[in-house]
Amino acid sequence: MSSPDSPVRTRHDTRPASAPAPAGRKRAVDPKRAGGRVDRAAGPSWLVVVPACVAAALAVLPLGYLAVRALERGPAFAWNVISGDRSVQLLLRSLGLSATVVAACLLLGISLAWLTTRTALPCARAWSVLVTLPLAVPSYVTAFAWLSAAPSLAGFAGSALALTLASFPYVYLPVAAALRGTDPGHEEVARSLGHGPLRTFLRVTLPQVRPAAAGGGLLVALYVLSDFGAVSLMRYDTFTRGIYTSYRASFDRTPAAALSAVLVLMTVALVTAETRSRGRAGYSRTGGGTARRTAPAALGRLRLPALAWCGTVVATAVGFPLATLGYWLAVGSSATWEPATLATTALTTLAVAAAGAALTTVLALPVGVIAARHRGRLAHLLEQAAYAGHAVPGITVALALVFFAVRYVRPLYQETPLLICAYAVLFLPVAVAATRAAVIQAPPVLDDVARSLGRTPFGVLREVTVPLAAPGVAAGAALTFVVCMKELPATLLLRPTGMDTLATRLWTETGTGSFAAAAPYAAGLILLAAVPSYVLGRHRT
Amino acid sequence: MRRPLARSLTALAAAALTLPALTSCSDEPAGLVIYSGRNENLVGPLIEKLEKHLGTNVDVRYGDSAELSAQLLEEGDRTEAGLFLSQDAGALGALSKEGRLAQLPPKTLDRVAPTYRSAAGDWVGVSGRVRVVAYNPDKAPTPPDSVHDLVKPEWKGKIGFAPTNASFQAFVTGMRVLEGDEAARAWLKGLKANKPKAYENNLNVLDAVDSGEVSLGLLNHYYWYEQAAEKGADKLKAKVHYLPKGDPGGLVNVAGVGLVKGADKQQSAYAQKAADFLLSTESQRYFAAETKEYPLAAGVEQADGVPPLESLQPPKIDLGRLDSLKETLAMLQEAGLV
Repeated sequence: MSSPDSPVRTRHDTRPASAPAPAGRKRAVDPKRAGGRVDRAAGPSWLVVVPACVAAALAVLPLGYLAVRALERGPAFAWNVISGDRSVQLLLRSLGLSATVVAACLLLGISLAWLTTRTALPCARAWSVLVTLPLAVPSYVTAFAWLSAAPSLAGFAGSALALTLASFPYVYLPVAAALRGTDPGHEEVARSLGHGPLRTFLRVTLPQVRPAAAGGGLLVALYVLSDFGAVSLMRYDTFTRGIYTSYRASFDRTPAAALSAVLVLMTVALVTAETRSRGRAGYSRTGGGTARRTAPAALGRLRLPALAWCGTVVATAVGFPLATLGYWLAVGSSATWEPATLATTALTTLAVAAAGAALTTVLALPVGVIAARHRGRLAHLLEQAAYAGHAVPGITVALALVFFAVRYVRPLYQETPLLICAYAVLFLPVAVAATRAAVIQAPPVLDDVARSLGRTPFGVLREVTVPLAAPGVAAGAALTFVVCMKELPATLLLRPTGMDTLATRLWTETGTGSFAAAAPYAAGLILLAAVPSYVLGRHRT
Repeated sequence: MRRPLARSLTALAAAALTLPALTSCSDEPAGLVIYSGRNENLVGPLIEKLEKHLGTNVDVRYGDSAELSAQLLEEGDRTEAGLFLSQDAGALGALSKEGRLAQLPPKTLDRVAPTYRSAAGDWVGVSGRVRVVAYNPDKAPTPPDSVHDLVKPEWKGKIGFAPTNASFQAFVTGMRVLEGDEAARAWLKGLKANKPKAYENNLNVLDAVDSGEVSLGLLNHYYWYEQAAEKGADKLKAKVHYLPKGDPGGLVNVAGVGLVKGADKQQSAYAQKAADFLLSTESQRYFAAETKEYPLAAGVEQADGVPPLESLQPPKIDLGRLDSLKETLAMLQEAGLV
């Protein structure tokens, strides 16, 4: 990925991961160390660690529940469930699907991010908004649209297609944010040395966005592992479908919990692999050069293929599902427009999703900063914890929160604050990945300078790190906002009784097959999600 | 850079604070909380009638029957729910097994035939649905009288079904109970060999029959009558065939209610009244007219065009025995149908 002879690259030495820093001990400054790190190696400030621990504790709640339920009938029972032939087979299928979807999402996400931020793509601004939109289309709608058009897609192909189309923005958004946040000087130098746009991209740009892409890829992998909507519609048996089936078939929570525990182990393994893949090189500017508008790369002969590529992706991921919605609206005899209900539901959805995004982002900040700035056992543990529950199916996380809420925070049970906490537990990794990628790009040397000028660690965070990382953090907040809006299983169980979001209305209407009545809610979801996409598309410094 | 971010986060938090204003449906505390596995579109109007009848607010949490039963088990004694309205007998059976349902008085239970209520007396069916064969007269002028005919070569590639649908799985469980596991396994294998077309739900199966994509499909009776009411029966190509002679393919299953243990005295009293209300003539007529299901309480007629329950020849089976869904699923997986 990174070639040692690349002429344009600043490399920061980082501690090898195998040598965890002894926490709490102040290290003497070694003047020979590039970047002159002050005391970062000594471990993060407690001002960041404490809130990060709070966030991590919230995120591992579901694990406590899983342990209680999975071991209810003894470890032997749980082991029998896990080690059955079928479990192993389902796990392999899930992993195969994940690998396929991640590869496809990396290809789509990175190529589109580069085209929209770095090249003279016609209407780049509009494209950058359009390619974020697939996030807003519930995977259920995408899968339904494609399945009704091509029933033969059912199975692996259809699941891979629907999940790729639904989740490539997880890669696109952080990578685009990273590209907007990097100094284009590197590419300019490369191009002045005679590299073409493609070569510049491969040799210079790609290494710069690696952390962001890896973080996005991890989210996609976890999303695929935990998705139920698309695979159930496409009738492709995965591990998660097995868990849902287990709930529905036996009304028994123990086997389902034992199976979910396997997904937690998968998450830990994936997060570890992703941390390793981050490599030892951190890319950031050493100078004070800020991200600035740059002369975009001319596409030349690639212009038409590039447009066709963007067009195809947007058409398959957004255009086609929207056309299907339009068709439902047009032909449905059960079409009942209820503007008042729609408006109230939309406002409710906006409010809970906004609150969920705000809380998640605030909780993710300290975890993201530690993950980006520090190596060592504590940093790694915090990051693992934040991701822990992300591959667990929504229904399991929801039941975990029911379990704890009725026992320990009874007054909050089935009240809005608990629902918002549930969103934070579910989507913490989404915001952490974005924050981490953004902080990695902010040059650590600036933190050091600020410290040497007498700023407190918290002051550095407030005045240097967070402002530099702001675009990436904002992208994370927007992403979280959209996924909160689409969330269904936890919303159904934890919402205040009688409250409806667009996703729950959509579920109600499709439940009786009133697709025409469901269409306005699906359209509403997509419209609302277009707002943060638009803001992000515009967010160009 | 910092300020816009801080500002937008503040704006988001402010948006969240406007929430209570939006979701305040009613200031009155609810006298009864119902967990409903039945869709809001189907039972919403009935709940409004129930509120009038009880003279108190009724809050309903809608969800999937199986997931709500898991939630009730998780909540245990701390539950807020007084009544569980389930889409199928299986979820009620699961709660009954865990001792989470209260005993119903004989006068409530006696409103329906023993076939359609729990042997333990802690849940009762409120509406019935029967499995039928929907067929396209152009493609299949003479539909078969038994599901056992569906494994014959003449139906190869012509059958539509919804393998993941709870009602289909209940039918397979019924076949296992009635004819034994070996017979059911052989039938599923034969069905698989006939390359049936799988759909997501009953409605999609009916659409496929109607369009001629498949010649016949296995589904619940009321889907056809709802479609007929919506589009006009003359616009529907598909027809319904009721299987005679106690064929396992003609299973009658129920949606029902149970009183949740752990609710306070006042709520339990409301829940009891609600159960009786759902079995009242008014509610039973509602089910007949609106959802086209079979009213189960004595003395209420089914909807026009739906043949009376007494005229059918469903298999004789204890619905409480339909809870061995796990084995059914294992069998469906083994046959490669789900």
